[in-house]
Amino acid sequence: MRRQNCDVAVIGGGPAGLAAAVSARRHGAQKVLLLERDRELGGILQQCIHNGFGLQRYDEELTGPGYASRAARALEAAGGVEVQLDTMVVGLTPDKVLRTVSPAAGLQEVQAKAVVLAMGCRERTRGAIRIPGERPAGIYTAGAAQRMVNMEGYLPGKEIVIVGSGDIGLIMARRMTLEGAQVKAVLEIMPYSNGLTRNLVQCLDDFNVPLYLSHTITRIEGKSRVTSVTCMAVDENRCPIPGTEKTFACDCVLLSVGLIPENELSEATGIALDPLTGGPVVDQHRETSVPGFFAAGNVLQVHDLVDWVSAESDIAGRSAALFARQLRPAPEKTLLLQAGSGVRNVVPQRLVCQPGQAEAVRLFIRVAQPARNVRLRCLCQGETCYERRLPIVKPSEMVVVELPSAAYQPASGLLTIAVEEAAP
Amino acid sequence: MEGNKKSKVVIIGGGIVGCAIAWELAKYQLDVTLVEKQPDLAMETTKANSAILHAGFAARPGTLKARYNVRGLALYRQWEAALGLEIEYVGSLVVARQAAEKEKLAELLAWGEANGVPDLELLDREAVLALEPALSPEIAGALWAPGAAVIWPFGAALAFAENAVANGARVMTDCEVRSIAIAAGRVAGVETSRGFLPADVVVNAAGVWADDISRMAGDDSFTITPRKGEYVLFDRAASGKVRHIIFPIPTAVSKGILISTTVHGNMFIGPNAQPAAGKDDTATTEAGMAEVIAGAQKLMPDLPLGKAIVEFAGLRAGSDRGDFIIGNSAAVDGLVQAAGIESPGLTAAPAIAERIGELLCERWPNLKKRADHIPDNPKTVRFSKLSAAEQAALIEQNPLYGRVICRCELITEGEIIAAINRPCGARTVDGVKRRAGTGLGRCQGGFCGPRVVLILARELGVPVTAIVKDAAGSSLFMDKLPGHCEVLKP
Repeated sequence: MRRQNCDVAVIGGGPAGLAAAVSARRHGAQKVLLLERDRELGGILQQCIHNGFGLQRYDEELTGPGYASRAARALEAAGGVEVQLDTMVVGLTPDKVLRTVSPAAGLQEVQAKAVVLAMGCRERTRGAIRIPGERPAGIYTAGAAQRMVNMEGYLPGKEIVIVGSGDIGLIMARRMTLEGAQVKAVLEIMPYSNGLTRNLVQCLDDFNVPLYLSHTITRIEGKSRVTSVTCMAVDENRCPIPGTEKTFACDCVLLSVGLIPENELSEATGIALDPLTGGPVVDQHRETSVPGFFAAGNVLQVHDLVDWVSAESDIAGRSAALFARQLRPAPEKTLLLQAGSGVRNVVPQRLVCQPGQAEAVRLFIRVAQPARNVRLRCLCQGETCYERRLPIVKPSEMVVVELPSAAYQPASGLLTIAVEEAAP
Repeated sequence: MEGNKKSKVVIIGGGIVGCAIAWELAKYQLDVTLVEKQPDLAMETTKANSAILHAGFAARPGTLKARYNVRGLALYRQWEAALGLEIEYVGSLVVARQAAEKEKLAELLAWGEANGVPDLELLDREAVLALEPALSPEIAGALWAPGAAVIWPFGAALAFAENAVANGARVMTDCEVRSIAIAAGRVAGVETSRGFLPADVVVNAAGVWADDISRMAGDDSFTITPRKGEYVLFDRAASGKVRHIIFPIPTAVSKGILISTTVHGNMFIGPNAQPAAGKDDTATTEAGMAEVIAGAQKLMPDLPLGKAIVEFAGLRAGSDRGDFIIGNSAAVDGLVQAAGIESPGLTAAPAIAERIGELLCERWPNLKKRADHIPDNPKTVRFSKLSAAEQAALIEQNPLYGRVICRCELITEGEIIAAINRPCGARTVDGVKRRAGTGLGRCQGGFCGPRVVLILARELGVPVTAIVKDAAGSSLFMDKLPGHCEVLKP
């Protein structure tokens, strides 16, 4: 078995892993190892051939592969990163020993000084939403179908019903329409969409694809291949309302019903997960509950924009390099951040205060439901230590807030983030 | 028929019974062909059932069900190592929910003793709850049968078929029987979608279709009326709640909605018993799911419903005779029936096969066993189960064992190619799933499914668009229009 050592091992070569590896090098890690299970770097970006990436990070509108190649060029420029493709991490121990498998190198054991988790996320499946009926061919998760259309050059179907209005589902509605397929409906069980507003406009409205809010799929028909789908309107408790059945003839169902951070390796290593995000509990430096393990990107929380993934991974890469160089000071104080009323989750979940360091902290917040004209507050022991007005919030669009150092530095114990309707 | 020329036997149906018969007959100096209309073996009743090897107390003494159940279980024990079957002897409990039901337990115990089932024991409430703490505390007692087991039915059917092929039998999939040729009052052959197959004997193991096949030969002495059973399968994370097979008191029509574990460690509940809308009606229904859940909750109130991963339904191939129909057709010479196979058919399969072998020996007294019979199946490589040293050596030998395709279950490209290339190899995505285990994990094939399609197309030398999920016609991907250009479209 091949054995080697490195300062920082990065698991995953998507946008998170690429940015983390570059950042680790820039902050003095001598040897960085980047492990990617696919045959090329870039992760899911490679199948996202539409545009809309990079407006924040590169001040330019790029396609997914375009964004990936920018990130890969940065990696080349940084130098000193060993990239292993076609390589799967199959074991990870709390003392930072990674076991990998690949056709080229066989079994390999890596002793790292610090580890960045950048494994991304996976799609929720049909099983998670329990649809009665037959089990024919023609049912795909939207991302799997996207890979087949954009990377392999095959169509999953010609008459499509999309279940769920997540961003991948919306993007695929447009993509399939452009390929000559007919998208009959997008069904969303909630009374609001789970996608970005720009995707609703550019992918559905611009192509006259009907979106059915408060509708759920109740049956799939078809012996060998899907022949039709039945949906029903739901009440406020998300229960189907009898008499509202609508049937769409179709040969394909695409599921866009959510993403799950891929944390099986993290869990096996004993890293604590946040049940609200599905990702590790981290501090603002993206360090997890196990020292020397850092997490960034969709493995930590499902992001809407890759630009934020890269920004978050810059932080994780830097922290990992400092840890490997034994330059990370011990925290003086730890505060816990918690989701208060109107908030689904907050990342980071912990803030550590280190002696002589006072810096603003960027918080990623998901609200629980859509609202207009709200007040976002950060509360400590009943006192408001930070406040901001927001004209509109939606669960599908992450709220990003720069919390000034003064708002948390002197505080102790628990900080609660709440979003409530502002007084008129 | 004797002499140098081997007698020709065509077995219709590639379920557990047909495959076991092929395995048994391949021990003899016979020309054996098994035909299956689906693209793969074991795609109907064998694919969707309770996957239990029954101890043998639930069938009325004197019936064929009772006789072949007990003998079948013994044959599985005898052959499991040679064939490489996946069986766990977990034992079963028939649970009485009230004191009044305990009489029925005594009756089952008596049946079991009459059938020759060893080690049966009546347990009181405390003893049952010690075995299965998650059961309802209100139960009154149970009949304990330590010999009952759970099995991987697809794996068993495939193992039988692979061994048959290793011993010279032919297995033809995508081969639908269109008619049975009769000459001078006896069977002469079978007309199929893949051509005419001459036959001296035709064995009817066609499951829910067995009455149709029998009628093709001119024997309309029985009718198969399929009854549907629906199931809910749970994530392995919810396993451990159940360690044994747990039956309620049986009803007149079925063994009732049970709770059990699969050999792969998934808990499941079911089946109900509902009339099927047709011989291919395996759709699940809301009402059926509610019935299965309510039934299982009577035994175990605290079911982990949030951990359900898949719902499915299967058909029982029960006949109007009420017992298995095994033997020479009274109407047509050369037609041998292995029909009306409902529970405990999976358990009984090798015993039914043994009986068919005896019938052919009676027909052809000079029939001999093969001297060169190969009893053992080659071992299947499971990369994730190997030691690090074994894994390293395997990748050295074949680097494709170093490429993980199914990341949830850690299954490599080498294993997928082996599943495609071995005898009775996989031709479909679900065929790869059943042989190699791809797509059984938490992502349910979302990641590996398209990759398996591409590997299948490459290994079989066919276009990607020709690869199907499972049944004939279940195609997965279509070509983009040739020359189609979205920008220049008028």
